[in-house]
Amino acid sequence: MSGSRENILRRLRDSRETGAAVGRDFTVIEDLQWSGDEAVARFTGLMRAVNTEVHETTREAWPAKLAELCVAKQVMRLALAADTPVGQAARSVLLDTSVETVAYSRDIEDWREELFFQVDAGLSTAAGGIVETGSLFLQTGPDEPRLLSLVPPIHFVVLSRADFANTLLEMLRRHDLAAGMPTNVLLISGPSKTADIEQTLVYGVHGPRQLVVLLTD
Amino acid sequence: MDKPTRQFHVRIQEALNDPQIRANFRRAMDGLMTKRANMFPDPVELERLRDLGAAVRRNALAQLPELLERLEAKCAENGITVHWAESVDEANRIVLDICRRHSAKSVIKGKSMVSEEMELNHYLGEFGIEALEADLGEYIVQLAGQLPSHIVMPAIHMNTRQIAELFAEKLEGVGYIEDAEELTKVAREILRHKFFDADVGVSGVNFAVAETGSLVLIENEGNGRLTTTAPPVHVAVTGIEKVVENLEDVTPLLSLLPRSATGQNVTTYVNMISGPRRDGERDGPQEVHLLLLDNGRTRIHADPELRQTLQCIRCSACMNHCPVYARIGGHAYGTVYPGPIGEILMPQILGCEEVGALPGASSLCGACGEVCPVRIPIPKMLVRLRKEAVDNTGASPVKGGGAQRSFGEAATWKGWEKVHASPALYRLATRTATAMGGLPALGPLKTWASVREVPKPAAKTLHQRLEERGNSR
Amino acid sequence: MEAEHAYPGQRPRQVYLFGTCLVDLFFPEAGVDTVSLLEREGVKVIYPKDQTCCGQPAYNSGYHDEARIVARQQVRLFPGDAPVVVPSGSCASMMKHHYLDLFRGEPDFADVEALSRRVYELTEFLVRVLNVRLNDLGAPEKVAIHTACHARREMGVAGDADALVDQLANVERVGFTRQTECCGFGGTFAVKHGPISAAMVSEKVDCIEAAAPDRLVGGDCGCLMNIGGHMRHRGSPVKVQHIASLLWERTDG
Repeated sequence: MSGSRENILRRLRDSRETGAAVGRDFTVIEDLQWSGDEAVARFTGLMRAVNTEVHETTREAWPAKLAELCVAKQVMRLALAADTPVGQAARSVLLDTSVETVAYSRDIEDWREELFFQVDAGLSTAAGGIVETGSLFLQTGPDEPRLLSLVPPIHFVVLSRADFANTLLEMLRRHDLAAGMPTNVLLISGPSKTADIEQTLVYGVHGPRQLVVLLTD
Repeated sequence: MDKPTRQFHVRIQEALNDPQIRANFRRAMDGLMTKRANMFPDPVELERLRDLGAAVRRNALAQLPELLERLEAKCAENGITVHWAESVDEANRIVLDICRRHSAKSVIKGKSMVSEEMELNHYLGEFGIEALEADLGEYIVQLAGQLPSHIVMPAIHMNTRQIAELFAEKLEGVGYIEDAEELTKVAREILRHKFFDADVGVSGVNFAVAETGSLVLIENEGNGRLTTTAPPVHVAVTGIEKVVENLEDVTPLLSLLPRSATGQNVTTYVNMISGPRRDGERDGPQEVHLLLLDNGRTRIHADPELRQTLQCIRCSACMNHCPVYARIGGHAYGTVYPGPIGEILMPQILGCEEVGALPGASSLCGACGEVCPVRIPIPKMLVRLRKEAVDNTGASPVKGGGAQRSFGEAATWKGWEKVHASPALYRLATRTATAMGGLPALGPLKTWASVREVPKPAAKTLHQRLEERGNSR
Repeated sequence: MEAEHAYPGQRPRQVYLFGTCLVDLFFPEAGVDTVSLLEREGVKVIYPKDQTCCGQPAYNSGYHDEARIVARQQVRLFPGDAPVVVPSGSCASMMKHHYLDLFRGEPDFADVEALSRRVYELTEFLVRVLNVRLNDLGAPEKVAIHTACHARREMGVAGDADALVDQLANVERVGFTRQTECCGFGGTFAVKHGPISAAMVSEKVDCIEAAAPDRLVGGDCGCLMNIGGHMRHRGSPVKVQHIASLLWERTDG
C-alpha cells in the first residue's frame, strides 16, 4: 500500500505551476462585528429561527429554570457530567424533583443500551456562542463525552453571554485551537433536522428533537 | 454517435418526458435558488468571501503533496491511521480489510460522495457485510435501489407520495403514510437500532485540516455525528483534494458551503474530529482511519487549468442553478456527480470514451460559474473539455482525449472554417442563401424546426445593405 | 469572468461595427438600425466588408484551431484605436474575453489583446460611452427584455438594456418569471441537445407570455431566433425584435 502513497505524491510533485502559497485575506470575516445587545438579539433570533428554545436567565437562576423545564417536558432521566460546575449545580437542584440524574462517568460500552433507549435528555456546557450564525461551540472531553449532546432526544445547554464570539474565526483564535485540537469540537445550531422528503422541514432525525439553551449573563 | 452518448440521449429524453421528474426538480431548484439568494444579500461581501474561499482552495492545491504529508503526520500524532488508494478497487479493499479485522457484519454510513464513487455499499455487500445509509435521503435512495440524483439532497427526484409508496412496499410493518414527519420517524426508529448495532461507521469528509490533523464534517441530521461516534471504528473516506492548510481556512468554506447549497447560514452540526477516544474519554471510536483516494485526481492536478476542478467543495450550487439539470434531473447524467460539476469532473475521472459527451450538455449560460462559491470557471472548463474530447493532437492531458472526435463533425467544422476564413467565399455563400430564400429543414435543422419556425435569410444581407448605405470599407 | 470596463473619456468620432454572422444573414435590419442609432449621435460607422463570424460556434464546440483561423481573419480588420461595437453580447464576449484564451501563446496575441480592449456590446456603448438621451415618439406599449446570458454574465451589461428602454417615456418595461434563466439557445447546443433546448425555450415563452408584453426585445439574435422562432411556431402574439430596432423605431423623428 505504501507504493500508492509514493505514486500519488510523486505524481502531484510532477504537476506544473505548483509550490507557491496563495495569500488569504480574512478581513471579510474579521469585519463582522456585533455590539453586546445586537449580539444577543442576533444570536437568539437565529437560534429560534431554527426551532431552538432559548431562555435568557442568570448564573444563579439557570438551575431552577432547568428543573422547571425538565418537569414541563416530562424528563424522567437526565444525563449530565459528574464533576463540572454545570453538572453539580444541576444535580443539586434536581434532587428535590422527580427528575433522576445520570452521570456520564462510565465508558459508553457499559451503558450503551441505557443511553440509547432510556435517557430522555442530556445537559452540557457550551464553551461559547457564535453570533454570526447562531451556533453553540462545544468541546467534548472526559467530562462531557461526545454522545451526551447527541443521543438523548432533548439537549439542554448552558451558555454564558460572556463567551460570545462574533465568528467561528474569532472563536478558533480565542481558544488557540490551531495549536491543538480536542478530539471533538462541535458547532450546534438547532435541533437535528432534515428536508430530504420533498424539502419538507422535519425536526428530530438522528440527533435531539429539542435543543434548549439556557443563556446566562 | 457512440453507445454511451446514445444512452445519454435516451436517458435525457426519458427524463424530459416524465412530468413527475420535471415537476419535482423544477420546484426544488426554484426553492433552492431563492434560498441561496436570500442568504447573500450583500453582493460586495459575497464577492469578497468568494475571493477568500477560492484562495483557500487554490492555496491547498498549489501545495497539495506537502499538505497531504503534513496531514498524514498530524493525523498520526492524533492517533488517526491514514491510508492511500490510487483506485476505487484499492480503496474498497482497504475498507474491507478494516471491516474484516474487526469481524464487522454491519456498517453504518454517513453521507459520502466518495463512497458513492467507490460503490462501496455494493462492494461490501458482495463480502457479506451490510452497509446501510443513514442520511435520510441516502437511505431512501438505497431502499429504492437507485443512485442519488443530487449530491446534497439525494432523493430530491422523489416526492412524498413516491417515498410513502416505497416505505410501504419495502419496510415490514409499515403502511402507506403520506407525511414527511411520520416517514422521518419511521426511518429514525429503524436507523437508531442500526446505529446501536453497527460495527463500523463510514463517513465522508468535507475538509481535512493539515495543520491540526482534523476532519471536518457538516450535516443537519446527526447521522454523521452518530456514524463517527457510536461504532467502535470510524473510517473516513475522501478525495486527496479535500485538504486545506490551516484550521482558519475552514471558516470561509463553512460560511460559503451551506449558504450556497441549501440556503442555510450554517448546518445544524459542524463536527471537527481530531482523533479516536483518548485516555479518560468515555466514548468515541477506538480507531479512526482516514482513506485518501486518488481515482484520477492526480491527473487532474497535473494541468494548471484543469486543476481548478479540484477546488470544488461539493455544495451543489452549480446544479441548483443549471437550467439543464433542472429539466433532466441527476439520473440522466448517469454519473455519481451530475450537473455542471459532474460534466467537468466525470470525463476527467472516467475518460472521454465513456462520458466525453457530458460537457456538451450545457448551453454555456454561465449560471454555474456565477454562483460557484470557490470561483471555479465552470463554463470555461466545459469548453476546454469539449476541446479535449475532440482533440486530434494525441497529446490531450485528459483520459481518453479525442475519443469523441468524429470524421463527419470534424469535416463540418473544417468546411465552416474554409467558408468563414475567406471573405469572398463567405459573401458568395450568404448571397446564395439569400437568393434561395431559405434552407431546407433537414439534418440538424429538423430538431430545430420541430418546435420553432426555421429562420429565413433576409432579402439582402447586412453586407449588401451597408455597402449601399456607404458604411462598408 | 468579470467584465472589465474601460471607457474612453471623450466621445469617439468613429467606430467599427462588427455586425455578426446572424445579423448579416437573418437580421440585417438590426444592423442597419444599429448604424442609424450610432450615426444620430454623430459617430461615423465603418463596416469592414471582409468580416464574417467571430468564431464562437467552432470555439464552443471544441474546434479551437478552426475557430482561431476564422477569428484571426476578423482581428486584422479593425486597425487603429476606434471602438468596435457589436450588436450581440455573446459575440462581443467572444472577442473581448475568449479571444484572449484562444490566442494565448500565439504570435499575434498582442494584437488580439489590443482589439479586445476596444470591444463593446451595443447597449453598453450607447449608455456608457455615448451617454445617449432618447426622445420617445411611439405609442404606449409594454416591452419585455430578454438579456442574453453572455451579455449578463460575461459582459456584465444587463442593466444597460434596461436603462435604454427605461428612457422611452411611453414604454412600460415588464419583468417576467425566471427572467435571468437561459432561453436554451446556446449555439450548437440547440441542435446537439434539441429536446432540452426545446423544453427550455417553451418554458421561457410561457414565462414571457404570462407577463403579456406587446414586444420582446433582446440584444442577441441567437436568443431572438430561438425565442421568436418558438413564438411564431406556437402562434404567439408577442412581437420579437432586436433592441436596436425598438430604439430606432420609437425615436426616429
